[in-house]
Amino acid sequence: MAKTKFLVSRYNAARDTKPYLQEFKLEIPQGATLLDCINLIKWTQDGTLTYRMSCRSAICGSCSMKVNGHARLACKTQAAEAVIDGAITIEPMGNSPLIRDLVVDLEPFFDSIDRVKPFLVPDDSKQWKRETLQSHDDYRKIEDASTCIMCASCWSDCNVLGVDPRFLGPAALAKAQRFVYDSRDNETRDRIEFLSRTTGMWDCTHCAECATRCPTDAKPLFRIKELRTAAMTYKITDNNGARHVLAFRESVGGFLPGVGGGGLLNENYVPIRSVGFFNLDGILSLIPVGIRMIIRGKNPPILPHIIDKIGEVRAMFRRFNDYRKEYRK
Amino acid sequence: MRKHDVVIVGAGLAGLRAALELAGKVDVAVVSKVYPSRSHSGAAQGGVAAAMANESDDSPELHMYDTVKGSDYLGDQDAIEIMTRDAPITITEMEHLGCVFSRDGEGRIAQREFGGHSKPRACYAADRTGHALLHTLYEQSFKYKKDITFYNEWYLLDLIYQDGSARGVVVMDMKTGDIEVIHAKAVLFGTGGYGRAYKITSNAFANTGDGIMATYRAGLPLEDMEFVQFHPTGLYQQGILMSEAARGEGGYLLNGNMERFMERYAKSRMELAPRDIVSRAEQTEINEGRGAGPKKDFIYVDLRHLGREKILEKLPQIRQLAIDFLGIDCIDHPIPIQPTAHYSMGGIPASKDCEVYRDEKGTIVKGFYAAGECSCISVHGANRLGTNSLLDATVFGRRAGKSILNYVVGAQHEPVNEAEVKRKARKRIDDLLYTPSTESANDIRNELKGTMTNHVGVYRTKDGLATAHKKLKELQGRFTKVRVEDKGKVFNTEIIEALELSNMLTYSELIIAGAEARTESRGAHARVDFPKRDDVNWMKHTMASADADGAIQLKYKPVVVTKHQPEERKY
Repeated sequence: MAKTKFLVSRYNAARDTKPYLQEFKLEIPQGATLLDCINLIKWTQDGTLTYRMSCRSAICGSCSMKVNGHARLACKTQAAEAVIDGAITIEPMGNSPLIRDLVVDLEPFFDSIDRVKPFLVPDDSKQWKRETLQSHDDYRKIEDASTCIMCASCWSDCNVLGVDPRFLGPAALAKAQRFVYDSRDNETRDRIEFLSRTTGMWDCTHCAECATRCPTDAKPLFRIKELRTAAMTYKITDNNGARHVLAFRESVGGFLPGVGGGGLLNENYVPIRSVGFFNLDGILSLIPVGIRMIIRGKNPPILPHIIDKIGEVRAMFRRFNDYRKEYRK
Repeated sequence: MRKHDVVIVGAGLAGLRAALELAGKVDVAVVSKVYPSRSHSGAAQGGVAAAMANESDDSPELHMYDTVKGSDYLGDQDAIEIMTRDAPITITEMEHLGCVFSRDGEGRIAQREFGGHSKPRACYAADRTGHALLHTLYEQSFKYKKDITFYNEWYLLDLIYQDGSARGVVVMDMKTGDIEVIHAKAVLFGTGGYGRAYKITSNAFANTGDGIMATYRAGLPLEDMEFVQFHPTGLYQQGILMSEAARGEGGYLLNGNMERFMERYAKSRMELAPRDIVSRAEQTEINEGRGAGPKKDFIYVDLRHLGREKILEKLPQIRQLAIDFLGIDCIDHPIPIQPTAHYSMGGIPASKDCEVYRDEKGTIVKGFYAAGECSCISVHGANRLGTNSLLDATVFGRRAGKSILNYVVGAQHEPVNEAEVKRKARKRIDDLLYTPSTESANDIRNELKGTMTNHVGVYRTKDGLATAHKKLKELQGRFTKVRVEDKGKVFNTEIIEALELSNMLTYSELIIAGAEARTESRGAHARVDFPKRDDVNWMKHTMASADADGAIQLKYKPVVVTKHQPEERKY
């Protein structure tokens, strides 16, 4: 079998001004994981190659790294399947300061977890001699989030964090979902209010990188959606993100005759409703954005236009409204 | 020099549970060579035992009897009684702290069958129970962040032990390479097991017995090191753990002829006999030519009859592991498995309150505690029952915390010669960095692991052990000339791996020495040439320490028997 090229990112602050790719050649043993291969390189070719690893069974979360541009657990990746044109490119995780080679500083990641009060706050008035009872259905609501192994793959590939490092990030929000939805937790409303602030659940742009990279069932994107559902259920909507959703529903869903409705998205209504009708500063802040859009020719038409399959959009919203009525019963 | 009241080494279940007990009451620090959530407690899958009696009638007394019998009567019964008695309250507390447990129809913690337990008493969170417990404690550590100082990615070099008392630890900050002393009134080790010395192992790369070896280097004894548990279902050639819950939920073991061979070895318990018995049965099938596959060298665990739904709900993790590592989906195919080195019954001898013993007479080291897999209290004796390890770590982590709190109030920081202890640690590292280097650490490590799996595994013989012992001496000699290319300070994992290898080379010899001396078969220690248990001569624990010349010295101490006299162990 031919040897595979491993292009591995190297960086040693004592010597290098910036990271560079070093080429190693290795014949991938039958059934070897990427971690097996990296270990072979370290142990037989270059002892200075530096990375984290421990359990090699996808539960400790140590060995996340970028494989061909995307974060993965090296121990969970079959090396042969990662080869592209005879090569595998291995780089450190993104959105994190580099320490050496494939080792990044994880403090910002773990600090993000800390920000969501990541522990159960039980109802102290209830004294349980035995375990707190929790139904199987309630357990299922938090099971997926509880499988998170804190590997930071989602953090690495999150597109929002690249733009705004203050964003809580996908792992912290998934952790937060685990408590917001825990039937035993006593601070649900406080948690949702905190998570509704800027940098919280509404700052996610649904790019789905986190759910794609997540090696477990935690899949942060879906947990973030559940958090938003909780925010609507608790009517915690006094923020741009929640108002944006409401504006969209009002406009497209047709709850505001004259402004939009019946499957029409009024792109002039949505931003103003999102910042709030009486938020003068907020509305004024839209003006520069609007001007830039006009300059680039991206301003929405004054009168809404009708898309081809408007009937399907209307049907979707009808179903949605029926479901909401049903759900409220 | 850094100063704390208490320093805990290891941030797994035992270490974190103890830290929680101490947080806010004394100044406590936790040192770990990995971030706490990476600790190997998280890899435990099937469950944690407690006589909650949710699924059927049960009692701590019955749990105690099962554990004593499972230990092949080498477990200390006073300690086992405490562990099984504290189990329900300890698990209830974990639930109150937020642990995400699977639930039964009444909303209580769900429980399942497990090997060697006569009742369904394994409380579980699908097949990731260790992960659920570890992350619960890690969550709590955020709650107490102001009260606990974490030294994440700091590596333990030495225990500071002098004149009968422990005074702190010498550690390396991996990010800077700096060697530092943490001075403390009390030291707790929760540093995990030593299964990494085997080729086929379920253990993490981190499980290199660092705490156990720091203890041994300080001149203190280690107990029952020859008892290494082989788990019956490690993924073929990988050793990765396929939870015993697979059998607890009804999975079958099949040989190459697709026979449920356990019928010949443990008719009443079948696949749910204790692990030592099942592993030996598998090895016998393989040795006698009834293994599966082209080389007839593996066994199948067959889950197909459980059905898709049950597998997805109760065993999702092991399904995924078999898919990722062997490309086999257990919904449609049986999984190839083999016995894998799994758990260290031996370790640092300690009392019911986790105080470390310095000799076979039971003299206590002042200010030194051990809990979890690195300790030998001894609640598992010659063979641990599945789900008793998470219990051991949680119960004794909790007890260690209480015990330390008791001690630290009124205790002083005893003097430490910082320059001297640092110099000693520095020298071990410099010896590796700056001596003639001709030997490959990788070769030494591979030869060690092969030797341990081939000669010190499920079955042992006089000749095999002698061969292994000779090989170990050779490897230890070669290690003095090992090559370490990385001379840098920042995150030098090559030097850490070399130190870990040195630990493995030392304790492997202790495993072999204990096994050579023990001329009987008991629990996980099975001598082909001495196939019977010998209660007349061997109802005793091995205590291994280094004599003045560094040679291994074996002494013994009696087993504590309270309620259950040894009897023939039948399942």
